[in-house]
Amino acid sequence: MGPALDRTLIVMPAFNEEGSVGAVVREVHAKVPGASVLVVDDGSVDDTTAVARAAGAVVATLPFNLGVGGAMRTGFRYAVEHGFDNVVQLDSDGQHDPESVPRLVDALQTADLVIGARFAGEGDYRVRGPRQWAMRVLAAVLSRTAGTRLTDTTSGFRASGPRAVRLFAANYPAEYLGDTIEALVIATKVGCVVRQVPVSMRVRSAGVPSHNPFRAAAYLGRACMALVFALSRPRATLRPAQAAA
Amino acid sequence: MTPTSYAFGIVSAVLVLLVVIELLRRHRLRERHAIWWLVAGTLALIVGVFPDLLSWAAGLVGIEVPINLTFFVSIGVLFLVCLQHSAELTRLESKTRTLAEKTSLQEVEIRSLRERMDAADAASARPQPVRVTRRDD
Repeated sequence: MGPALDRTLIVMPAFNEEGSVGAVVREVHAKVPGASVLVVDDGSVDDTTAVARAAGAVVATLPFNLGVGGAMRTGFRYAVEHGFDNVVQLDSDGQHDPESVPRLVDALQTADLVIGARFAGEGDYRVRGPRQWAMRVLAAVLSRTAGTRLTDTTSGFRASGPRAVRLFAANYPAEYLGDTIEALVIATKVGCVVRQVPVSMRVRSAGVPSHNPFRAAAYLGRACMALVFALSRPRATLRPAQAAA
Repeated sequence: MTPTSYAFGIVSAVLVLLVVIELLRRHRLRERHAIWWLVAGTLALIVGVFPDLLSWAAGLVGIEVPINLTFFVSIGVLFLVCLQHSAELTRLESKTRTLAEKTSLQEVEIRSLRERMDAADAASARPQPVRVTRRDD
């Protein structure tokens, strides 16, 4: 595939995913030849690190759980230090299909941040109730901020181009929902171009999304709060590219 | 006010100030954390020595029972200290987060360096019958 994939780092945050991480790493190697894989073991208590390493990934092991935000910032820093242009975030539970990675990277030619959207036609991923309302509200507000129609702002399947990688290596948020909502806001505030590309989702290998109404309502509240604070924060500074240090 | 309660007020305030200053002196408390305790202790001392000041200040802000001003100011100070601690906690968390990320990336570097060294060692040791040097562990 294109040379862009050679300069692409696939970052897989993994928290207690020994059951699926190995298969996902092997699948990525098979379906996205040329791309490098970094698994960030986010303080797992199981054998995630060993399994991922045995599958052929480079593994960064965090000493304790930092959440997806911390794991991803580690990935962005690794990408900057090792001269990768693009970073693709991919879940290690197998719900993201690695086959979509080249499409996301391809879309980076005209954008700085590409979101793999789950409801944009492909696949049969559905949510209902307050969780769906929350996602609709977020999509509406963030579409305005980003100046493009986004339907799935909480998708963790996304690709970042060189500008976004440099931005996120310094400013990736750690708060709850920060890795999805706030990262989008940070990027649009410094003028990054956001696009969305439809992807299909697979059934999670383990666990189902929660449909408890109280949980969903709490999610709605926290999402709105995260959004309001993200929008009210001062702009991050994007430093120009430097020669490799 | 009895002479005993007058003395009690002053002694309590002095005690607070002494403890805070002693902690500062021994580097057990940093200045920016001590500032609110110093302010509180000093206020308590001033009011302890000149109780009439409290009635005067209460009258100034329209509080009928002077002791309520004491409670108000005390709660205010405690609130500020709590807020400062929450902010400090957030700062510390973000620092540990950065450290955790850096150590994990350094481990990756060390690992890849060690693998390269091992490979180089193995390559240079091959012609000889016994492997003498081993640099890791």
